[in-house]
Amino acid sequence: MAGITFQGVGKTYAGNVNAVREVTLEVADGEFIVLVGPSGCGKSTLLRMVAGLEEITTGQISIDGRVVNRLDPADRDIAMVFQNYALYPHMSVRENMAYGLRNRRTPRDEIARRVDDAARMLELGPYLDRKPRALSGGQRQRVAMGRAIVRQPAAFLFDEPLSNLDAKLRVAMRGEIRRLQRRLGTTALYVTHDQLEAMTLADRLVVLNGGRVEQIGAPLELYHHPATTFVAGFIGAPAMNLLDARIEGGRVMLAGHDLGPARGPEGAVTLGIRAEDMHPAETGLPMAVDYVEELGSGRIVHGAIDGQPVALALAPGAALPAHLALHIAPEALHLFDTTSGKRLPDALPRPARTGVPA
Amino acid sequence: MTDTAALPPGPAPQAVRRPRKPHPPAAPAKRVQFDRPLTPWLFVLPQLLVVAIFFYWPSVQAVNSSFYLEDPFGFGASFVGIDNYREALSSREYRTIAAFTAGFCALVTGLALGIGLLLAVKADKVIRGASAYKTALIAVYAIAPPVTGLIGMMFFDMHIGPFKDLAALFGHDLRVGIDYDDTALALVTVAVWKQIPYNFIFFLSGLQSVPVAVREAALLDARSGWRRFRDITLPLLAPTAFFLLVINITYSLFDTFAIIDVMVKDKPANNPMTLVYKVYLDGFKGNDIGGSSAQSVILMLVVAALTIVQFRLIERRVHYG
Ligand SMILES: Nc1ncnc2c1ncn2[C@@H]1O[C@H](COP(=O)(O)OP(=O)(O)O)[C@@H](O)[C@H]1O
Ligand SMILES: [Mg+2]
Repeated sequence: MAGITFQGVGKTYAGNVNAVREVTLEVADGEFIVLVGPSGCGKSTLLRMVAGLEEITTGQISIDGRVVNRLDPADRDIAMVFQNYALYPHMSVRENMAYGLRNRRTPRDEIARRVDDAARMLELGPYLDRKPRALSGGQRQRVAMGRAIVRQPAAFLFDEPLSNLDAKLRVAMRGEIRRLQRRLGTTALYVTHDQLEAMTLADRLVVLNGGRVEQIGAPLELYHHPATTFVAGFIGAPAMNLLDARIEGGRVMLAGHDLGPARGPEGAVTLGIRAEDMHPAETGLPMAVDYVEELGSGRIVHGAIDGQPVALALAPGAALPAHLALHIAPEALHLFDTTSGKRLPDALPRPARTGVPA
Repeated sequence: MTDTAALPPGPAPQAVRRPRKPHPPAAPAKRVQFDRPLTPWLFVLPQLLVVAIFFYWPSVQAVNSSFYLEDPFGFGASFVGIDNYREALSSREYRTIAAFTAGFCALVTGLALGIGLLLAVKADKVIRGASAYKTALIAVYAIAPPVTGLIGMMFFDMHIGPFKDLAALFGHDLRVGIDYDDTALALVTVAVWKQIPYNFIFFLSGLQSVPVAVREAALLDARSGWRRFRDITLPLLAPTAFFLLVINITYSLFDTFAIIDVMVKDKPANNPMTLVYKVYLDGFKGNDIGGSSAQSVILMLVVAALTIVQFRLIERRVHYG
């Protein structure tokens, strides 16, 4: 068990592709860090540099205080779970798990003990002598996990380990990974493009965009205080509504309505509002309803305010008029600089909120 | 078609059964029903005809004539029972040639497979320029066997061959086509040289079909490159290797004919040759049809036995992905 430190880490592939730029990050011992971002933002590259599968172009990565830049992958004391599991097809489940230990000269009875422990934890006992091709996708995924667990490494690295599973299994395995990691207390770096997976797993999220760190923080911190429009639009389902608005005379103005005070500079501004922060009222911001997504536990209403698309989260039930009037609390407004996308200071103090986001 | 026909209808069987090789996902087989029972036979008829005309008929002919002693001028044949077989098997010359054939086959197969694999492993590491490398080696294979034989012959030539000069440097007088051992050396060298590219191509494509992630997982599990090769790459290469083993044995027994023909053509007397070449020599040069037929029947039996052994003993241990 150990912390991982990134210092100005960058990766340039052949052909001058800057996949990762200047990543600086301190991962504490036992922490569950999720690297999240859209496809191609450099998540895998960053993870693979930790594993030693990719050369580090600039900067330094240390595991447990030891710089690993020049270290062989097998000597870095990490274990990785791959997206397509990467099990050895010709070896039984037991051999798959034992292989890494055998090569590290672990005593035979110790190997047997660890494999049995992992098999019990992952409920793989009945399958130990099967070959991977005789297992279901979920079972293969468990074997891949088992292979990592038996190593008792300083850190687990996961590269989209659940994306080949069906939705139901994905949710179940997500919980299981979190439980296992807590129980073992092993530092984990987890890559996913799925923001929901990221939110539910992470102690801290690292949002990447174009190879750069966009924001680092606890899931709810990112949800309630996105640092940029990119994070605002990426975290949460539905994503935060981003609308073109104006600051006039110290007030936020949208479609001729005064939504509250603002401290930003006068002129154009990007206004962010969460779908659940808008409430139907007698009078207020007019919204034209387009269509409704019924989720059972709630409903998402899609429509437009001032010609700009918005999504609105409502409780189930009540019939909807074609035109809604919306009330928005002034402290629920997020303001961003229109050109840089950076967050502007809040006009009103934001009440601390709890509860799991949708 | 035949194996799915027996299964109950439904989408399951094709989806559950994984293709034997990892890369090309098998397209679901179509089930075709024929109204007339004769139609399918009509479709396989050309193939059956080819097999019958070029394999069964000559085989039956060979078995038949192996029991006769034929007049060299074709004026008649007399039944002699198994005399032809007895004569062949008891002949000292035949046994020498059989021994040489076995050794030649083992050596050519072993060297061609070993060197082909070594080159493929090295080439697999060079990712850039791989296609140029591949093309260069395929080009060698594209050269027809007699030409390879000729080029080899030229290398080993008494007067102009560079290998003769090379051997001379070490104080050896290389006399291919005259000295038995020198000819054997030249035959093995040229036969191996011709087969390496073929093995190389197959090994290389086999290596490249090992999933990248599996290699990377191994990279985290084992520090030693040799161990990774022995424990992960080689077992995954086994289907390719088994296929090549069968091909290479067949090659060294039969397809080396042209090379031998070029090298020993005019002076077969004191030169090494394989059983196949001996069949040709006795049958077509010596006009001993009966004896030659008996030899070819023996050869057929040997090959059949070899094939059974290969499939029974080795294929069972091969893991198909
Ligand atoms: N081996 C490579 N050579 C060149 N470019 C690469 C290579 N691998 C990844 N890239 C590029 O680097 C960027 C980041 O890739 P990756 O880390 O795989 O993204 P992610 O995992 O976030 O989807 C992408 O633009 C991708 O095209
Ligand atoms: Mg990726």
